[in-house]
Amino acid sequence: MRVLRTLLASLILASAGIAVLAFATDGFRAFTTETARRIAVRTHPVALPDVELEDSAGRLFALASMRGRWLAVDFIYTRCMTYCTILGGDFAQLQRSMAAPLRQGHLTLLSISFDPAHDDPAALADYQRRFVDHGVGWIAARPLDAPGLARLKSAFVLKAIPDGLGGYVHNTAIALVDPDGRIVDYLDAGDAQAAARVLRSRLAQ
Amino acid sequence: MMALRDKRLAATVVVWLMLALPPARHALEASMTTQMLLQLPLLALAGAWLARGVPPAWSAAWAAWNRGGVTGLVLASMASMPWMLPRAMDAAVDGWPVELLKFASVPLLIGLPFALTWPRMGFVVRGVFFSETIATCFRLGWLYRVSPERLCSNYLLDDQQRLGNWLLLVGAAIFLLLALKLMAGRFTADGGHDTV
Repeated sequence: MRVLRTLLASLILASAGIAVLAFATDGFRAFTTETARRIAVRTHPVALPDVELEDSAGRLFALASMRGRWLAVDFIYTRCMTYCTILGGDFAQLQRSMAAPLRQGHLTLLSISFDPAHDDPAALADYQRRFVDHGVGWIAARPLDAPGLARLKSAFVLKAIPDGLGGYVHNTAIALVDPDGRIVDYLDAGDAQAAARVLRSRLAQ
Repeated sequence: MMALRDKRLAATVVVWLMLALPPARHALEASMTTQMLLQLPLLALAGAWLARGVPPAWSAAWAAWNRGGVTGLVLASMASMPWMLPRAMDAAVDGWPVELLKFASVPLLIGLPFALTWPRMGFVVRGVFFSETIATCFRLGWLYRVSPERLCSNYLLDDQQRLGNWLLLVGAAIFLLLALKLMAGRFTADGGHDTV
């Protein structure tokens, strides 16, 4: 009798454990926070926060004013020599491969600095020049205040942690924002061709 | 008996509170290595201390469903699995609901049932437990050592690799101690009160 009860209890606990594990991993798909944020926006798009930004020319604009077109958004800090170089290279390539929709205003590339204290308009302009910005359709900007940065971090599930060398380690991806101002997908950094394919199919929708 | 039980309960609460207070919590969660190899084991230990405070009647009722300690081991294993997910370790640091879940589930669903079930576990069940623990240390340790990507978005890559090294070390240490005991120690086929 004790054997049967033990078997029954163990089976119930094992099933409950597997159910919890399935819940905690989005059905065994997401074991890391990075994968989880990607799966989450695909099923439940996240609205862009209304944040005031300043671009590399010192112009102020509201993130909400970017509605009505597709946005490819990445997060950078200009002193970064690793991930942000990959992201900057991606955007420079996208500027060439997506030239038409960028010129027509159907798509805008937006690099947002998460280190606004250091990244003033001049630093942002330098960053873009490093990647041979063609001047069309790529905006580099910084949030104006700490609450704005906090809202951006929360909406984009952005993590930037000090690397102990004066810089940051941060999660790297290109966020896709639809014309309704909703984050709908994250694309891998470092593969501008794949990102261009996704952007084209989205623009054709 | 009541006094001893009260003391143990008090000791558990004190340790649990010390771990939960911001200084210790932030210190141990500042690194992936200390969260996994110090904070989580200490929380489990706090739960294990509760075991002797459990009234004998409850123990006996639980024993009726726990032949050879199998049920307790299944419960403790199942409860420990979510806390091996990089995502769960991240989420615990990022927000209090998951943190609360960690501070409740690790002592009560891992430490306590394991301490209650250990004396009932026979030679075979203990063997399964040890081989699975060693294998898990090696699996996770190897993964953390070789992964070129950060698996936790709150922690640095070198921290992850250091945790990998520690896990390999812990796995090797358990294996060596066990091998030593198997060779030099005295063993009976029924290590626990129950036989399987």
